[in-house]
Amino acid sequence: MLTKRIIPCLDVMEGRTVKGVNFINLRDAGDAVELGSLYAEKGADELVFLDITATVEKRKTLIELVRRVAKEVNIPFTVGGGISSVEDVSALLNAGADKISINSSAVRNPGLVNTLALEFGSQCIVVAIDTRFDGEKNIVHTHGGRTPTEIITENWALEVQERGAGEILLTSMDHDGTKAGFACELTASISASLQIPVIASGGAGTMEHFTDVFTHGKADAALAASIFHFREIEIPDLKKYLHGQGIVMRLEKSFA
Amino acid sequence: MHFVFEKMDVVIIKYNAGNVVSVSNALNRLGIEPVLSDDPERIRKADRVIFPGVGEASTAMNYLKQRKLDLLMPALTQPFLGICLGLQLMCRYSEENQTPCMGIFDADVKRFPATDKVPHMGWNKIQCTDSPLLKHIDEDGYVYFVHSYYAEVCDQTIATSDYIVPFSAGLHKNNFYAIQGHPEKSGNTGRQLLQNFLNLS
Repeated sequence: MLTKRIIPCLDVMEGRTVKGVNFINLRDAGDAVELGSLYAEKGADELVFLDITATVEKRKTLIELVRRVAKEVNIPFTVGGGISSVEDVSALLNAGADKISINSSAVRNPGLVNTLALEFGSQCIVVAIDTRFDGEKNIVHTHGGRTPTEIITENWALEVQERGAGEILLTSMDHDGTKAGFACELTASISASLQIPVIASGGAGTMEHFTDVFTHGKADAALAASIFHFREIEIPDLKKYLHGQGIVMRLEKSFA
Repeated sequence: MHFVFEKMDVVIIKYNAGNVVSVSNALNRLGIEPVLSDDPERIRKADRVIFPGVGEASTAMNYLKQRKLDLLMPALTQPFLGICLGLQLMCRYSEENQTPCMGIFDADVKRFPATDKVPHMGWNKIQCTDSPLLKHIDEDGYVYFVHSYYAEVCDQTIATSDYIVPFSAGLHKNNFYAIQGHPEKSGNTGRQLLQNFLNLS
């Protein structure tokens, strides 16, 4: 059976990871390659590298980072952040990224999803959707969740699937950072309406939250950052726990 | 890092559907510097040939035909490994745009029925026979898959996996081996698979 996936997300700036990480056994906690390799050894199923470098000038460091990650890391990884053209995607895939994720640029120019899917294949095109509940509706937000649009989240998910997205990375801004659990209801309704996998993101605080998002939330994968970086939850423990809850997990003897 | 394979001459088939960066990196991690080539002479003299592939079957087959690589590959005698689309192109026929393929394996390639999400994307368990390609792959062995079409199970199937239907995760005939998943992205299990391939005699 296809397993549910656990995906740590690493924010990188100018080629280095940001957000404090709490791995005392790392020589350099800011080294995204070393941290990524460590997560792979612990049993992460995929990695996401999100580039939050502010200036276009310094974004060249990302390509170099992707090249180094691809050399070392032996599991699939996605790269996102500021990607807005065929050239950007081509450079990242050629450097060894398995998938790329687009967000604001897809909202600005929905045709970009079609163009990228035709050029590179749907399997490597992830559309990230940042969503917030406005009291009545779930609304797509751009620019790291700061800027509201007029687009209904559920409609947008269907539209990008139609345009050729291979996967949806759904982040609930209402849940992100709260550690109070994933947006299970919204994730479930979107996952059930789509033919493509949904990665749930935002709100992970406990192992039970992961059970919930895989069962009630119908998520295909769950993404989290700080709980892994600060070692509040260790990936091997999480996977064993979820396996015990009857959720299909990739468990190998070497994970530790 | 083991560099026992460093003198081995590994050629990756160069064509329009190869995602060679990851395969090349995975071989580098085993101490190998593979050569990318579509030159028949160069391919024929390699110790090992790898035929990766990500893309669409008919476009890939047309490209291979124009360069007569579709005739060259089935005639090779050294250990040969097809990966993903590579495996499918080594079968008889693919439903993907009704494409006659190289016919090394006696299996047809079909599209997954849409009763669940397609593509089959992610980690899945493989059930192995005692093929030398699958040595030390234990029951915990998971492989990373990304595909919408699958090779049916046939007499040459050496590993199966199950998504919607049971399918060939691995095939073997004479010197020809193939894996549907991506060993280059499948963690330690994938590394073991590639190592086994390099160790074939």
